[in-house]
Amino acid sequence: MKYRLKIEVKLKPGHSDPEGETTARLLKELGYRVDALNVSKVYSVVIEAESREEAITKANEMCRRLLANPTKDDYVIVGEEER
Amino acid sequence: MKREEIKVSVLRVGGTNCDAETKRAFEELGVQAEILHANELVRRGNLLEYHVLVFPGGFSYGDYVRAGAIWAKWIMAKLGEELKAFVNENRFTLGICNGFQVLVEAGFLPGFDGVSPYPEAVLATNFPPGYNCRWIHLKHENRGKCAFTWKIPHGKVLRLPVAHSEGRFMFAKEKEKEFLKRLCDNDQLVFRYCDRNGEYAEGRFPTNPNGSFYDIAGICNPEGNIFGLMPHPERAFYWWQQPDWTRQKQMLQYGDGKLIFESIIEYLVEKF
Repeated sequence: MKYRLKIEVKLKPGHSDPEGETTARLLKELGYRVDALNVSKVYSVVIEAESREEAITKANEMCRRLLANPTKDDYVIVGEEER
Repeated sequence: MKREEIKVSVLRVGGTNCDAETKRAFEELGVQAEILHANELVRRGNLLEYHVLVFPGGFSYGDYVRAGAIWAKWIMAKLGEELKAFVNENRFTLGICNGFQVLVEAGFLPGFDGVSPYPEAVLATNFPPGYNCRWIHLKHENRGKCAFTWKIPHGKVLRLPVAHSEGRFMFAKEKEKEFLKRLCDNDQLVFRYCDRNGEYAEGRFPTNPNGSFYDIAGICNPEGNIFGLMPHPERAFYWWQQPDWTRQKQMLQYGDGKLIFESIIEYLVEKF
């Protein structure tokens, strides 16, 4: 079965986010009342797996091995069957 | 070991830079140096023929995912065991700028307990944000462990250029104190950003150009045979590479970058 994984890699709480701060500053200059802005990366991955659990396990492995650096990153994985 | 017997491999992949400058710096000091594509090194399988391996600067694989991450994981997948053998055989590895990022992402640095399966540190987005290209000062902190700086007096201030967007060295917040203590206790701290008089930047921009924790600019592993730094010594090898060289009172032949290349060569000549 094919599963589509949405893997969001974001900074851990408390880590400074220079990209987010710069973007927020500009949005404020454009007239928006922005209270908070954080930048994250989303990887959309389609993989073969026997079950949704296996697909999620593989996604966790991908994060540990490449997509996230545990020093600064958290990640959230959402997986669903690809139709 | 005779100087002319020393063999240096400067690796390259798509997006690396200053490989030619690095090769020239080594050759100027009388050792053999060659630029080798990482694929070629894998094909030849002859890593142990070299005494020094250099990961140069640049933006390998477009710095996608994180700076240095793709090259780090690629090289560990293709050459992980050979690289570990290389390090254990007391050969020497230098990572400059992107090369430093690669060594951190691959788990070689800081390498408190050997090569770590996951990174123990990160070179994060600069603070203030953006690409920063400028000449900075560094204070040599090492007490003799690092083979790439052992000839440089403790406390000496060097002038080198940086050019990066992701150079903010940091540990996980909850491990900052513990890891900094280990870094100092093991004599792994090599360079910290300072002003021209040797006063630490204490995080102040632009003396600290990227917001690095503890003004850290370069570290080595506990054995001192793997060294990574954000500044580019090969861009300060000759005196005339400095932007203001014609306005300076003295007219020397070499810049401060030479000290790093000279240190590792003299280490090999004297100790092997």
